Amino acid sequence: MKTAVGIILALAICISFTRAQAAETLNGAGATFPYPVYSAWAYEYNKITGMKLNYQSIGSGGGVRQVTERTVDFGASDDPMKPEQLQKDKLLQFPAVIGGVVPVINLAGVKPGELRLDSSSLCGILLGEIKFWDDEKIKKNNPSVKLPHSGVTVVYRSDGSGTTAIFTHYLSETCPAWKEKVGAGKAVKFPVGIGGKGNEGVANYVKRTAGSIGYVEFAYAKQNKLGHLQLKNSSGNFVEPGFTSFEDAAATGDFDPKKGFALWLTNAPGNNSWPIAGATFILLAKDKAESNKKVVKFFDWAFKNGDNKAKELVYVPLPKALKEKVTAYWKANGLQ
Amino acid sequence: MAKILKKSPADLIFSSVTALASFSIIVFIAGILYVLISESSLAIKQFGVIKFLTSTDWDPVKESFGALTNIYGTMLTTFLSLLLAIPVAIGIAVFVTEIAPGFLKGPIGIAIELLAAIPSIIYGMWGLFTLSPIMANHIEPFLKKTVGGLPLIGMLFEGTPMGIDILTASVILSIMIIPFTASIARDSFNLTPSVVKESAYAIGATKWEVIKNIVMPYSKLGVFGGVVLSLGRALGETMAVAFVLGNNHRITTSLLDAAATITVTLANEFAEADNDVYLSSLFYLALVLFVMSFITLAVAKIFLLKAERKHSQ
Repeated sequence: MKTAVGIILALAICISFTRAQAAETLNGAGATFPYPVYSAWAYEYNKITGMKLNYQSIGSGGGVRQVTERTVDFGASDDPMKPEQLQKDKLLQFPAVIGGVVPVINLAGVKPGELRLDSSSLCGILLGEIKFWDDEKIKKNNPSVKLPHSGVTVVYRSDGSGTTAIFTHYLSETCPAWKEKVGAGKAVKFPVGIGGKGNEGVANYVKRTAGSIGYVEFAYAKQNKLGHLQLKNSSGNFVEPGFTSFEDAAATGDFDPKKGFALWLTNAPGNNSWPIAGATFILLAKDKAESNKKVVKFFDWAFKNGDNKAKELVYVPLPKALKEKVTAYWKANGLQ
Repeated sequence: MAKILKKSPADLIFSSVTALASFSIIVFIAGILYVLISESSLAIKQFGVIKFLTSTDWDPVKESFGALTNIYGTMLTTFLSLLLAIPVAIGIAVFVTEIAPGFLKGPIGIAIELLAAIPSIIYGMWGLFTLSPIMANHIEPFLKKTVGGLPLIGMLFEGTPMGIDILTASVILSIMIIPFTASIARDSFNLTPSVVKESAYAIGATKWEVIKNIVMPYSKLGVFGGVVLSLGRALGETMAVAFVLGNNHRITTSLLDAAATITVTLANEFAEADNDVYLSSLFYLALVLFVMSFITLAVAKIFLLKAERKHSQ
């Protein structure tokens, strides 16, 4: 009898404890790409406020589904939802952090950052039209680089991902042939090449295969010391991938709060803009005012205190002007 | 039976609990089948059965889906891995039961069972970082040089050896299924009555003759059962293959090309499948695998029953 009472007491304590805990927990689900930075922010935020963030990186598609079904406090997605869709599902949307996609190569005798490509030659390579590295189209932009006559191997992501979405969006925007033959999306039918699973898969294949070209998130290129290249942006300048060129792309991008900030940062204007970047977004259900306020409080804190942590993890924080726009958007929707 | 039940209510409870457990399996299977069919109904409506099974198109952007490349990849990797695994597994079983000295039997047996306990993601990472470079730098160039020039067989080894291909995936799969075949084959070899074996030795049969003429015929069924189990495992294996197969939706004759299997496609594309037809087509693909596994196991079962009947006569 005594034990039974003991067990019941213990259970009651447990339940009340989890109740108390639940009040201090935010549930989020979605994109895998920003997961490391969200959890780093959440760790710091937890130390200050005691608020716990439970973020499940199940993929952007899952994030959108879960927030539409109102099963989480916020969703996260790598590709922006269209304004009409936001209206229909009664959602709010704002950007949280910027990421860049970088083409990487493994080419003997060519130093990292030495090779320059414009969008038409990059597109030609990925369509399988340019088969050798010493093709005239590549040579044209690289008169001083000694290009070997070796075959091109394209490495792409075999799993559906926001990285592929940003990259193919850029190609579709700058290259009509790509748009017509392949198109843009999280998974597309690549005409040539082999598929690597995840950023680590692509990075691994590129590292190992001579004459290969692939695309990975900027953080992966940096950490794995893969050979990057310079790309020609929409103002006709060749730019190197890096914090400054990503920030430039973000600063010149015309994010419109009325459209839920829906914007691809591909081929952004600006003299020094890196042409393949994208913001990752947070989605909120309009009808959940209480939890929304808590989510906004967290991101407000992150915007003010999280930039260094984000850079440490090789993410690009939102530029100041954009942060102000987002804060105004929160205020306009009564979340702050 | 009825008498026993009357005697003790504990027995009644016991037998109904076991019955409940057994029936729950049927309920689970029916439930899974129901979910697969209802989730894939959109794709079934759009592509039909014949068109879906025979189309090689897999284009998420144009929302046009067909299963043939996935079915082809699944069958090919499964077949190749069985081809590589069965001889090795039977060799292991013969060595452990008939040839190895007593002190070796234990360690080898444990090693085989440990091989079965390694999570498949470990095989995948090992395949990506260790096996695939070895295949690309040594084994595949060697195969190209030696048998690659032959007519017909040469067709299997066309293209650049990259290590991310059907051959590497099949090798990993075969390593994963060896323990299943080997341990079941070992158990059934052990079931051969020792009286028969000893009589054979007594009349002067060699080890080879005993294994070929006594042990093998006695344990055919068991070995076949092990092969069927491995087949089931190979059909459904996902993570180990996902890293080294490339997920390329094309039909190719070269074993040095990337391909896709049903499970790899599901694992790779499920999380980010964002429109309804795409998601529904993935469920449809899962349904196809469900039916494929069912047919394979049913055929195997029929063979087993037939063989058993013959054996008992």
